[in-house]
Amino acid sequence: MGLVFKTETFRDDFTFSNSPASIRRFPFPFDRDAYAYSVNIEPHTKGAPGSVFEFPIDVDEHYVAEMHDRALVLKADPLRCQSLPHMITAEWDLVELLMTSMAEAYPEHFTLTRDGDAWHWINRPLGIDDRFTFGDTATLPLPPMEYITRQCQGDFSLLDQRDNNLWMDAGIVTTQADWSLDFDIGMNFMEWHGPVPLAHEAGVFDRALKFLLNLQLGRPVRRLNWTMTINPRLDTSPENYHKWGTDRTTVTTENVGDKVHLRVELQALWRLPRSNAIVFSIRCYLIKLSELVTSPKWARRLHRVLKSLPPELIDYKGLTRYHPQTVEWLSKFDDGAPTSPGIGPD
Amino acid sequence: MLVAGIKSRPQYPGLVLDPKARLHLIAAEGEGALAVLALAAAGGPDFPAKTVVYYTPGGSAGAGHVGSLEALGLDALHVTPTVPTLLTRLDVHLATATMGTRLYTAGAEGFLGQVVQLGERHGIDHLSIRTEHCGSLARRVQCVHCKGITENVTTSIVPCAHCGLSLLVRDHYSRRLAAFMGVCVDAEAPGEVPAAEEIFR
Repeated sequence: MGLVFKTETFRDDFTFSNSPASIRRFPFPFDRDAYAYSVNIEPHTKGAPGSVFEFPIDVDEHYVAEMHDRALVLKADPLRCQSLPHMITAEWDLVELLMTSMAEAYPEHFTLTRDGDAWHWINRPLGIDDRFTFGDTATLPLPPMEYITRQCQGDFSLLDQRDNNLWMDAGIVTTQADWSLDFDIGMNFMEWHGPVPLAHEAGVFDRALKFLLNLQLGRPVRRLNWTMTINPRLDTSPENYHKWGTDRTTVTTENVGDKVHLRVELQALWRLPRSNAIVFSIRCYLIKLSELVTSPKWARRLHRVLKSLPPELIDYKGLTRYHPQTVEWLSKFDDGAPTSPGIGPD
Repeated sequence: MLVAGIKSRPQYPGLVLDPKARLHLIAAEGEGALAVLALAAAGGPDFPAKTVVYYTPGGSAGAGHVGSLEALGLDALHVTPTVPTLLTRLDVHLATATMGTRLYTAGAEGFLGQVVQLGERHGIDHLSIRTEHCGSLARRVQCVHCKGITENVTTSIVPCAHCGLSLLVRDHYSRRLAAFMGVCVDAEAPGEVPAAEEIFR
């Protein structure tokens, strides 16, 4: 496998970029020219080789740099990783899910050897080689969820199921699009979606919750969600909003292509075997618009989607200050031609 | 009236007596005393003997209700000077509470939130705690940046009592923190702080 891990930053000098191969496999989220709210959940099945859907847990060229950024976030704010005491079984479930998925998909980088409860985990890119007893927290250097998610791209929350609802009772969240785990932990599905405009009235969350309560073991599901971020900043937390908020005022018609990034979340949900909890993983992919427009189809379509966005969503997604410049810049790439079906590039 | 329709915000349906309870344990603040008096009036002759009340005049103008509560002849009435002292005493009571205890609470929203939070720490499901909102609409606000809690907030914008950032008070509510979220209002344009409006009086 040709994975070469890049050295790059998601803060300060912002050296993050996508290789041409990484651009080609970007999970562009729009399958039509106008914006429409939808639950858009589909089975999380094996996708095309090389795509972000090829394996259940996608590891890409940004892996090592992202894990370094996560460590920096946690050092500055340990509240980004929290777990209520009753979630410990779900934490171990997550260890199993991530270690088995990563070792199976990327054997040259990760190796898991199991002899009953005696496990041996090797993570070559991060230089980790640990033996531990599965289920015995004292045998790991960190609590199980934190241990494994410091080695896996994307945010994770663990949802407990009770009272016909899902409760966000554990998580590690360092690459979020402006939501606070510390604030939302302990909330149920309707509560943590409280601030989302329009969708409650459309019944979106009622349908999604009903669907997820019936999620089956071995049949994970996924969806794509999106927003936009100025600079390739992974940590756009509300906690640090007063530090990154001014980024939004720095967009000019000249620098749109370099500053404005489409931020796509590949969200996946798995039922867990021992705890009956659900893992909700939120993997963040960033692409600057100058990289995105190398696909003429994506350029045209993003222009049309952003132009048709309702004002409530422009506000909710925090696009207000740079939406006009972005639409104008993208308009140069929209020749009015029809776009082909599906989300892939031309 | 409280703002309706915010999904993360608890509902406060009002105090209704649980006839099966062996002990009515009531935590009340300020004007919450009026809800206790109404509950007593609806209760049977055994209500006073089965009822323990923790009461603080608190921050929401509950002057003059202690005498009325005393006149109920309750099994016990504990009047405390402040909300924190009430919570400290209630915490110890809940640690030894027995089966058949029903927890009720009445008062301003910040107080209700803290009693529910305490009850949950003792394993009581929040939905089984009976709640009634009385008195001020003042909010308890967590600064999402420094994590400090500012009590009795009646305005948005409000300065964080801890880090001093100017906070917009959002309608997003955390039961675990018993607080609304406060978010820096001038993060994108430092110094551009809109005038504070008194909207939670």
